[in-house]
Amino acid sequence: MQEVTEKKEFTPTIVAFCCNWCSYAGADLAGSSRLTYPANVKIIRVPCSCRVNPMFVLKAFQQGADGVILCGCHPGDCHYVTGNYYTRRRMALLYSFLNYMGIEKERTRLEWVSAAEGARFSAVMNDFVKQVAELGENKRLTDLRVKEGE
Amino acid sequence: MQRIGVFICWCGSNIAATVDVKKVAETIKSEPGVVYSENYQYMCSENGQQLIKQAIKEHNLTGIVIGACSPRMHEATFRKAAEEAGLNPYMVEIANIREHCSWIHKDMDEATEKAVILVRTAIAKVKLNAPLQAGESPVIKRALVIGGGIAGIQAALDIADAGFEVDIVEKNATIGGRMAQLDKTFPTLDCSACILTPKMVDCAQHEKIDILSYSEVEDVKGFVGNFSVKIRRKARFVDETKCTGCKICMEKCPSKKGLNTFNMGLNNRPAIYIPFAQAIPNVAVIDPEQCIKLKTGKCGICQKFCGVGAIDYEQKDTFVERQYGAIVVATGFKPIELDAFNEYGYNDNKDVITSLELERLMNAAGPSNGVLLRPSDNEHPKVITFIQCVGSRDTSGCGKPYCSKICCMYTAKHAMLIREKYPDTQVNVFYIDVRTPGKNYDEFYRRAVEQYGVNYIKGMVGKVYNENGKLMVQGSNLIDNEQITIESDLVVLAAAIEPEPSVRKVATLLTASIDTNNFLTESHAKLRPVESPTAGVYLAGVCQGPKDIPETVSQASACAAKVIGLLVKDKLKTNPCVAMPDENMCNGCSQCANVCAYGAITYVDKEFRIGGGKTEIRRVANVNPAVCQGCGACTVTCPSGAMDLKGFSSKQIMSEVEAICKK
Amino acid sequence: MKDVELKMLERAKALLQSGEVARVIGWKKGEFCYDPAPASFESVEEMENGFVYNWFCGANLSKYLIQMAKKEGKTAVFLKPCDTYSFNQLVKEHRINRENVYVIAVECLAKLDVEKMKAKGVSFITDVEVVDKDVKVTTAYGVETLYKPDVVLSKCAVCTKTHQVKDEEIILHERPEREVNRFEEVEKLEAMTEDERFAFWREQLSKCIRCNACRNVCPACSCVKCVFDNPASGIAAKANDDKFEEQLFHIIRAFHVSGRCTDCGECSRVCPQNIPLHLLNRKFIKDIDTLYGEYQAGEESEGKTPLTTYTEGDTEPNDVFNGEAK
Repeated sequence: MQEVTEKKEFTPTIVAFCCNWCSYAGADLAGSSRLTYPANVKIIRVPCSCRVNPMFVLKAFQQGADGVILCGCHPGDCHYVTGNYYTRRRMALLYSFLNYMGIEKERTRLEWVSAAEGARFSAVMNDFVKQVAELGENKRLTDLRVKEGE
Repeated sequence: MQRIGVFICWCGSNIAATVDVKKVAETIKSEPGVVYSENYQYMCSENGQQLIKQAIKEHNLTGIVIGACSPRMHEATFRKAAEEAGLNPYMVEIANIREHCSWIHKDMDEATEKAVILVRTAIAKVKLNAPLQAGESPVIKRALVIGGGIAGIQAALDIADAGFEVDIVEKNATIGGRMAQLDKTFPTLDCSACILTPKMVDCAQHEKIDILSYSEVEDVKGFVGNFSVKIRRKARFVDETKCTGCKICMEKCPSKKGLNTFNMGLNNRPAIYIPFAQAIPNVAVIDPEQCIKLKTGKCGICQKFCGVGAIDYEQKDTFVERQYGAIVVATGFKPIELDAFNEYGYNDNKDVITSLELERLMNAAGPSNGVLLRPSDNEHPKVITFIQCVGSRDTSGCGKPYCSKICCMYTAKHAMLIREKYPDTQVNVFYIDVRTPGKNYDEFYRRAVEQYGVNYIKGMVGKVYNENGKLMVQGSNLIDNEQITIESDLVVLAAAIEPEPSVRKVATLLTASIDTNNFLTESHAKLRPVESPTAGVYLAGVCQGPKDIPETVSQASACAAKVIGLLVKDKLKTNPCVAMPDENMCNGCSQCANVCAYGAITYVDKEFRIGGGKTEIRRVANVNPAVCQGCGACTVTCPSGAMDLKGFSSKQIMSEVEAICKK
Repeated sequence: MKDVELKMLERAKALLQSGEVARVIGWKKGEFCYDPAPASFESVEEMENGFVYNWFCGANLSKYLIQMAKKEGKTAVFLKPCDTYSFNQLVKEHRINRENVYVIAVECLAKLDVEKMKAKGVSFITDVEVVDKDVKVTTAYGVETLYKPDVVLSKCAVCTKTHQVKDEEIILHERPEREVNRFEEVEKLEAMTEDERFAFWREQLSKCIRCNACRNVCPACSCVKCVFDNPASGIAAKANDDKFEEQLFHIIRAFHVSGRCTDCGECSRVCPQNIPLHLLNRKFIKDIDTLYGEYQAGEESEGKTPLTTYTEGDTEPNDVFNGEAK
């Protein structure tokens, strides 16, 4: 009985963009503190959250990601002074727009995680994975060819 | 054809206990482009690095991926190893299979599977890496200090003592700044002039320091190590090289009704003047607004009396252009204007004064020669009431939201000095909170209360009004929960301090960022507190945030250390991971420059071939690699995708996304 | 309308004759009264033979200036109120050198949509006359009267724009002031469920044939080379055989013009598949207005756009949905 449920359990693919100075370091701290979060979260290191082009987010969905999360330094703490302020505006508009297109708003998220917030990084990831898992597979922004190809 | 080598580290058991490292290395062997895949206990060890170097040489690797700990840990190590083996250090990518994998997962299969994906992702990226060269730019071994207050003086002296040339640009006729106006300093109560003026003299006599007084920065070009600064030397109508500071002109000048700004306008000075006795340079200056000769053409008395022929009514502003490797901003502060605080009656009552005015009234060199007399009738005030936080910690919009930091201490100082000198004077202080952290600070404040009997009243003042020649201070006493009115002879307002307004222009010229309160922003609030985000620009004193003299001096010395650290280098290595536009795709639309925090982007008109033997001129972006810090903000703003970031190109990130999502 | 056209012709000819301008950008007669096309006139003869300004001159001429204003001599252009915003935006982005252009602001009392007229059953149109809200259509079969609000271009239905730039103006009839809510359609979509919205857009965007007409006409899409044609972007168009490609294209296009789109409505006007593309851009405009304060691109010709500036207290993306902070 248990085996069956386990097999059926959906594990979403999550792409996490993390800025090098805060969030990536926060993820490192989560690791060195042995704070677990699901293995389906994969991190891409970018210099600053402001390097994340909406095209990267869309690309992830196109390729079959079920959720995309962007993490950066807290506002005011950006290593590049103002980068995350631009990120905040860009993503606010992008996320709202994707939802307007009918994409479930639970699939996109932005969190500020400092280098000291390992526990928060882990908590955020656990929460996000749970949220996306409940939603199920991303079908709306997927390029079908990508899946058939493999 | 790419030849990728993959090196999976066990990190002892740190990785190997949860990730089947052998399996990862084995699986990766079949990845396209991978010609070598190995695992080893400690890749970062001497032997591990040797293994990598050997593999690079033996297998002619074009790029390598290390599956190990965080790149924040050993990226530099592995890059160096690659370089030593003849591979460009930027052809190295790290797959973080420790912090992001083995340490957070318990299930071996799961962790192993993830490790494979992370390594594949790094392979996808490294295949698109390009060899990068760290650029070099020369360093001009000379520093500019903007502002000649205690911050600028300290920074200049420290830099000059290390053997580098320093120029101090000061907009006033003398250096010394605010500190020169102070009477005594807390918490030691030593005389401000006694500790400041020797430093001013040191500056003047230092062979490495050039003081450009009565001058302003007009234009700044260039970047760290290589600034070119245009300085306006305002006409002082006195030849600096001839004037001996004898002051005969001041005596003879018939136009004596100018406000003495050094004394906060509490008395008058002649049209030709030396701001104060210890001014550096000790050279007169003519106020053209006040000088009869300059206004009407008639007079010329000072010229007649000047024994050395220093007076030159024809003098014009001149410009000098100098090169610097580093710039220290130390533009200081001023007390805020009190027009928005009618309730305290500052504009209506001569005996409502600011603390800085009180400093002058108590200063032996001040308008009353140090005898505390109230401005309206030159009587000794018997009851003096201080009001704290005038415009500080004010969220009403009239004042400043921040704490000015120095007021609690200087008010305790004033109260103490008055009680000491005039024991029959009653001193009251209305305060919201008393904030006196710092070495010997709280002790100092407690002395004012306990030893000197200063009457501290917790509460806000609602109104100050004049009734029969007495100043009525109406406020609340929060401890006793009652409304009180104190009849006072003198009211002293602890006006908030704000950055000297000229800092805005300086910040714009330097592309140094400024916060909503006009304080310059530091590069990192905790870890890089004296550096501006603009490389090569350093911040000292109140221009960066409210602070007292000891803090200012510490920050100035810290600035100097940073400047010296920069100037001792002959060349600067620049981060090669910078933005670079594809000129063929660039629209020259200026959006990228709008988001660049460093002013690294400029635009040039360039000629392009458009086919048919024709050309057209197009405006295109140009990134200065020595200034760009590589954040990538511009790359996302660019609509055509012309702007890309080396080391983190759009294609690289896209391919990482693809590798992760591949199912 | 004829009086306006004559006045425009007269001025354009005078400008050309005097040598003040080397060319005039305007509209050229088509085969029918309803298909005038943007054109450049370099002589009085060309003007006399081909120039037209009528109820179907909806095209925004500002984008043509990117190339035209680079040519030798000054270029005169006729700009309707909505076109002047695009013009300003292009000046702001250094795509047009303002000094090389002579702007003649022309009146506009809305333009008609021939597709909407045909949908009303009117065909073989030979002439159109508008009196207040009556559109008198002369066809091969006689005269028919249509209700004007039913047949104006979508962009004109909610237009309250006024001229932002002019060197001179030709305004013979004042447009009555009015109150409209241009976000009505966006609000309708916002009020739907996610599923309904998705169904709506999937249906709409499935019609897309990737003809690029929207991109070509859009004055904000003025890139020397489009990101979709940029091999380094990672999204250069692949084979267009998946619906996602269309979604991706339109989402990215809308994002790229956000904060820069003046809501000129050309994208919807030219779409051969009648996809309401302006509703994509207008969502961004509405969100920007709600979150960062009202902003109209093209109102000024310098300064930063909402996406190239910020405030420290901006709304968090997680709190933004349907344009409202939680």
